[in-house]
Amino acid sequence: MIRSLPSSRTYSWVYCSFIILYFLFLFAPLAVTCVLAFNNSDFPSLPWNGFTLDWFLSPGPDRVGIFHDQQNLRSIWVSFQTAFWVAISSVVVGTCAAFLFEQEEFPLKGPLYLLMLAPLVIPGVILGISILLAANTAGMFFEDRLGVDISFLRPSFWLVVLGQFSFITTFVTLVVAARLRKFDPALEEAAMNLGANRLQVIRHITIPFLRSAILGAGSVAFLMSFENFNTTLFLVGSQPTLPVNLYLQVRDGSTPVINSISLLLILGTSLLALVNLLGSPKET
Amino acid sequence: MTRSRFGLFFFLAPVVLWLGLLIILPHLDLLVMSLRGENEYGEMGWTFRNYLNFFHEPIYWLTFVRTALYSVITTVLTFVLAMPVAFYIVKVARPRTQRFYLVLLLLPFWVSELVRVYGWMILLRESGVINFFLMKIGLTTRPVEMLYNDASMIMGLVYTSMLFMVVPLVSAVESLDDSLIEAAHDLGAGKLTIWWTIVIPHCKAGITSGAIVVFMLCLGNYLTPNLMGGKNSLWFTEQIYNQFIASFNWNQGSAFGFLLLALSSVIIWLGLKVSGQKLGEVAS
Repeated sequence: MIRSLPSSRTYSWVYCSFIILYFLFLFAPLAVTCVLAFNNSDFPSLPWNGFTLDWFLSPGPDRVGIFHDQQNLRSIWVSFQTAFWVAISSVVVGTCAAFLFEQEEFPLKGPLYLLMLAPLVIPGVILGISILLAANTAGMFFEDRLGVDISFLRPSFWLVVLGQFSFITTFVTLVVAARLRKFDPALEEAAMNLGANRLQVIRHITIPFLRSAILGAGSVAFLMSFENFNTTLFLVGSQPTLPVNLYLQVRDGSTPVINSISLLLILGTSLLALVNLLGSPKET
Repeated sequence: MTRSRFGLFFFLAPVVLWLGLLIILPHLDLLVMSLRGENEYGEMGWTFRNYLNFFHEPIYWLTFVRTALYSVITTVLTFVLAMPVAFYIVKVARPRTQRFYLVLLLLPFWVSELVRVYGWMILLRESGVINFFLMKIGLTTRPVEMLYNDASMIMGLVYTSMLFMVVPLVSAVESLDDSLIEAAHDLGAGKLTIWWTIVIPHCKAGITSGAIVVFMLCLGNYLTPNLMGGKNSLWFTEQIYNQFIASFNWNQGSAFGFLLLALSSVIIWLGLKVSGQKLGEVAS
């Protein structure tokens, strides 16, 4: 049952096998994807035809490895840029929101807090289409009334950034607010007694205290943005992000180059996630 | 300590801008759009027809019911799988391996959902890895198509949303005092009784928050049903996508979007009511 209680041998054995099967279930699809990236075959399936690095390095024309695949490389770059801007802006606004909800008092604070949580329970697809609609309405308004054409209000790079920003900021806020709750206000009061103003206190005392939480939230925001599909799908213009681009390729039949991209993604995100997991303090 | 008005507005302004422009306005626009449509003369006007279409056309509301039902099934299955795992990691595994298990548990979910679904496609499809091994050991002579049916789709959904169930369950089990279980054991309670009267009631809050997130994610998922579900397993988000992108009927699509939003909100509200919780408590 638990560590301190004896259990029958069969029970422990069944329980252990269940856990092993569960982790097998968890890692089987990822492992198989990685292995097949090195298969010397034109299809991402068995039989095993020998080891090759073609799907990474081959310059074409028969096989185009990922490092020579312009379309996929471009979408990776687009995803990087998107994730960068989303991470920066959601960290800034999310930190403001954390300060607002933890340290300020104002009327309608409760309803505003609930509204801040709303993106947690709005399906990503709905968020995508509603932002698409609103941007379209705003674009039409500016064009009709003022005669100016604002291109970023059509499906485009910046609309994707806005769409992802709208819900990722909520996660950043929750992470930073949780850390801020552990902050000892006596430190702030001491600094204020010594003549610091509010902004100086925040800059020299509170922000350094929050640094690890902010960095962690930033890397989570980066990852969430990098892999987001549901919201992005509706807002993407002529520059698809990596998930959208991969989706189109998987839907229309795939080659092992997708396996090699997946392998790189798995390595990259695991590295970032590991740094985040091991770097964060234990209690958060 | 006095707080300056300036500080309040400094934090309030970006938050209000974010929530107002990216959450409230788009959803109001979604509602307005869903209530507008062309009349017989091709003029735009207010109408309930988009909603009436939904109820008149069986394929629409059948998909809607199907999506809701399958999301519930997925949520239950996810819980049944995740609960023993969470319990094992916290209470049964040796303390020194706990952190390792936790990292192992989280890692797959940092990888893009698309990569994970793609991994399952490679495993399950007709020319897939599992079929290859089944034929190799002589269990089947012809490959079996295991992809593109409801069972594989539900498995895919369980797999993609597992994280959001495991994490709240782990923290719920962590707060359970071992001595309660020991006491029950000493008084002669069996394993089932302990599970049913101690572990499950203690984890209620974690179960609810996990269930809500998993349910919402399934309901709004586009990628997994689309890639693993095949032609006959239509998901409601696909209906929305079709209305928006294929038919370009934004008004109808908005009505569908609003119905999905209403459904997820009502069910989440019910879940919170039944378990006697508040959204603010569940989120933090």
